[in-house]
Amino acid sequence: MASGSRIRPEEVREIAALSRLRLTDDEVAALTSDLDSILGYVAELGELDTSAVEPMTHAVPFDCPLRPDEIQPSLPLEEALANAPRREASFFQVPRIVPGPAGSGGEEDL
Amino acid sequence: MSAHSIDPKASTIASIASGVRAGKVRARDVAEAYLARIGHEDAALGCYVKVDAEGARRSADAVDATVKAGRDPGPLAGVPLGIKDIFCTKGVETTCASKILKGFVPPYESTVTARLAAAGAVSLGKLNMDEFAMGSSNENSAFGTVKNPWSRAHVPGGSSGGSAAAVAASLCAGATGTDTGGSIRQPAALCGVVGIKPTYGRVSRYGVVAFASSLDHPGPFARTVEDTATMLEVMSGVDPLDATSVPQPVGAYGKAARAGKEGGSSLSGVRIGIPAEYFGAGLDPEIEAAVRAAHEELAKAGAKLVPVSLPHTKYAIATYYLVCTAEASSNLARYDGVKYGQRAEGAKSLEELYARTRGEGFGREPKRRIMLGTYVLRAGYYEAYYGKALRARRKIFDDFAAAFSQVDVLVTPTSPIPAFKFGERMGDPMQMYLADVLTVAPNLAGIPALAQPCGFSKSGLPIGLQVMGPPLGEEACFRVAGAYESRTQWHERRPADVGGAS
Amino acid sequence: MTAQPPMHPKYEVVIGLEVHVQLATKSKVFSWSSTAFGAEPNTQTDPVCLGMPGTLPVLNGAAVEAAVRLGLAAGCTIRPRCRFSRKHYFYPDLPKGYQISQFDEPICEGGRINFRLHGEAHSVRLTRIHMEEDAGKNLHAAAGVSFVDYNRAGVPLCEIVSEPDVRSAEEAAEYVRAIRALVRYLGIGDGNMEEGSLRCDANVSLRLHGETKYGTKAEIKNMNSFKNVRDAVEHEVKRQAALLDRGERVVQETRLWDASRGVTQSMRSKEQAHDYKYFPEPDLPPLVVDEAFLSKVRASQPELPEDRFARYTTKEGLSPQDAGVLVADRETAAYFDAVVDSLAAGAAGAPAKKAANWVINEVLARVADPRELGAPSMPVAAAALAELVTLIEGGTLSGKLGKDVFAKMWAEKRTAGDIVKAEGLTQVSDSGALEDACKRVIAANPDEASRFKENPKLMGFFVGAVMKETGGKANPKSVNEILRKLLG
Ligand SMILES: [Mg+2]
Ligand SMILES: [Zn+2]
Repeated sequence: MASGSRIRPEEVREIAALSRLRLTDDEVAALTSDLDSILGYVAELGELDTSAVEPMTHAVPFDCPLRPDEIQPSLPLEEALANAPRREASFFQVPRIVPGPAGSGGEEDL
Repeated sequence: MSAHSIDPKASTIASIASGVRAGKVRARDVAEAYLARIGHEDAALGCYVKVDAEGARRSADAVDATVKAGRDPGPLAGVPLGIKDIFCTKGVETTCASKILKGFVPPYESTVTARLAAAGAVSLGKLNMDEFAMGSSNENSAFGTVKNPWSRAHVPGGSSGGSAAAVAASLCAGATGTDTGGSIRQPAALCGVVGIKPTYGRVSRYGVVAFASSLDHPGPFARTVEDTATMLEVMSGVDPLDATSVPQPVGAYGKAARAGKEGGSSLSGVRIGIPAEYFGAGLDPEIEAAVRAAHEELAKAGAKLVPVSLPHTKYAIATYYLVCTAEASSNLARYDGVKYGQRAEGAKSLEELYARTRGEGFGREPKRRIMLGTYVLRAGYYEAYYGKALRARRKIFDDFAAAFSQVDVLVTPTSPIPAFKFGERMGDPMQMYLADVLTVAPNLAGIPALAQPCGFSKSGLPIGLQVMGPPLGEEACFRVAGAYESRTQWHERRPADVGGAS
Repeated sequence: MTAQPPMHPKYEVVIGLEVHVQLATKSKVFSWSSTAFGAEPNTQTDPVCLGMPGTLPVLNGAAVEAAVRLGLAAGCTIRPRCRFSRKHYFYPDLPKGYQISQFDEPICEGGRINFRLHGEAHSVRLTRIHMEEDAGKNLHAAAGVSFVDYNRAGVPLCEIVSEPDVRSAEEAAEYVRAIRALVRYLGIGDGNMEEGSLRCDANVSLRLHGETKYGTKAEIKNMNSFKNVRDAVEHEVKRQAALLDRGERVVQETRLWDASRGVTQSMRSKEQAHDYKYFPEPDLPPLVVDEAFLSKVRASQPELPEDRFARYTTKEGLSPQDAGVLVADRETAAYFDAVVDSLAAGAAGAPAKKAANWVINEVLARVADPRELGAPSMPVAAAALAELVTLIEGGTLSGKLGKDVFAKMWAEKRTAGDIVKAEGLTQVSDSGALEDACKRVIAANPDEASRFKENPKLMGFFVGAVMKETGGKANPKSVNEILRKLLG
């Protein structure tokens, strides 16, 4: 694939939206060219035959250790909230949000 | 300098710890000597993002009190350390050199720093780095660059640039670092100090801000192989807070390092592999010459040199950048201005809050990697990119397994080039990434790899040797590195003081 | 037992359900803070569940055990090796920007949930059960801001995903009820829908009867009671049927049930396609569930509702209706079993049916939540009820008096023996006194007495009259015998 053809600025903007990154036009231009050259480089992996190998997801060969079900002290409320850019009473505060993604649900109106 | 004070440039971890444990020198005096040196030298180097003088004095006094009470403060008694600002330190701001984490004060301590403190070490403060450990030059810090103590026009390497430079400039006796694709070894090489990336999971990642979880390896820096081994011994061990920490007992690293030093043929019976792929095009001839000379030195110590092949080395960079960016895009999702760190002001909606906080808070390199990682993890792209990379990763691991069936260690260059000038490689990210060609494969495979000084370029810049071992083969690495160090003097050279210049 | 008519005359209703069950472990699934419900906001957190930088998940063994217990009970295949994956989306209740869940290798696969509805056996196939962590809670305040509470973040969940086997709103609700019963039986959760410890999403689609291709589905969320499940699905079926009748198309989307208005509403703001960017969780090695782990769980598995139902309807000879009521809750079944055990020890005849009548008609009628039957505060313990039944069977009390005594036992927490003794309620079993009473009744009703030989059903009339004569204290069994002798 020729340089400059792997990714278009519109796609960069889409990815930025998925990544929740507001980018300037200059950043979009720079990232379009950067990602294009990186994607061009990594395309060389395509020539490697990997059909016979299992994906290596972990560098450790052992199984998941299990923790005993024991409660340790929680963070004191003030420590939990100490780093919050905004708090209100004992809550973290965010701009008003419209209810829920496909998560596990947990919406309540005060 | 008082009568009981010490000279940081002439001190090692071993000398400080034995002096403090024996009551010959006070930890407080050691700390003061280093704090004074930082005050004098660091303005020109930019190693520290935060000097914690009060904390250092408090810990040093506690060590002295322990000695006075007749108890052993531990193997790192009074040893002043610099802590890469990626390690969470309870009550001490931890930023990962990112604007987005500015002001973050963790209510918890990383396992590594907790273990070091328990062994008597004294933290002098937090060290500069590339933002979120992404970079090979320390030019990506939101809080200024770090200068290479050997030449301030040159980069110290990265991402643990502050750690390597601080150790080289004697602004601490040892330092912590993290290595995701060479971030301990490459700056160690560029600054002429020793650093090791141990086996994946040997050192706990708890409290180490994640860049690429399956590739992140915390490890130590020091000026000698033995000091590095001593630190690693303290830092290592299974951690109930890290499910990927290795349960096997910790090796006797210090002993292995000392064993290497003994006698004229301390490496007899040791098979050293020389992978042809690590001596290819792009390797600076001065570096190649220094590394070949090191091979000869090791042969003189009794080692047998064995040519080996790691045929998938050429795929390591591509594999690495796919795996690390995918994981990074995930690990950096939590920085959203809700729970900690910085938040963009005045956002009217949640979406605006996210996009602006992250757009304004992350620097260029994290953005680039978040973007690439998001790209490759998207539905429909996963198999072609991330899935493919995980399979290539297995092939790279298998290369090493095959090599280590024939040899005990591999000895290669660490960086294909010596320290480069500021700005020289910032324009083209791909060119910067390619500089990691000799260091990323051990991260993908999870094997231990150590860097140590093995010469200087004509222009006076350090050259680094790389010693890789099989999984949990740290002792073999230390033994070989110790033998090499005992037969050479590179580690004894010190950069000239800059003395307040800036 | 006749097959129920289809829910909609024209369209076949196709429903698949995703049920989230909170597992009642003490600590969170990947960290050490408490899972207790109802604490002050953000007082049950730790650096891990707040997603603080550098923190790592460590898997709670009790959560794995609970998931395996559930999987075994539902007849799933337990994967010998499963793994966790990260599911990404940005939302304030999700501290890390991703949820640790399972994707391509869930802990349990296959299996089924069985239940009975209108006397019919239903079996809904499961696709999978996977483990994941719960999110925190967003609270929407008035003045342009929302609040976040992370107490719930990291509470262990099992997500039970069904095949599209459910065919009506009523079945959907019953399916969720069966899951709740199972979860409670297993002791792995409280299944409380109102508190959100059991949550249900329904994928609803319609197709013409006889059609084999599935229609476009809508996902319904936010149903926090069994009634909500039924009402929401009913509403959604009507909405989709109306669309299809008008020749319009159903849009694939997520819709929220608004219980106060009785409608489902599109979440248009979330229409942007989700791309969860799943990938294997690098912080957790693969989870191995070996034979030793499985046998340990199997050995401590309680008797399940279905097995109990089979035992009650065969060995104990109960009707399916009664058995169904008794197995609906673990506490009810355990109480019933305890009553039967005590009775069997006292050798009363056919104890199960009698115990069932008492438990269903008297005990369950007096509690708001069947789980009270397992509480220490329960006014009439199983053994106490058995004592009462024994007194009745032994002829000391009549059935009618027995009910009065039971009411007193419940109200005053006294034993039947106590009450009988203190209030002189002992039934007249003395054969001399009874014989006199019987003779008086026969003498007073000569016509009936003469017709008795042709019409033995008159026995009931005589017994009733004798009972009246004795103020209800007569032992009906003895009265029967004496009358038979006198009239015979
Ligand atoms: Mg789901
Ligand atoms: Zn779920």
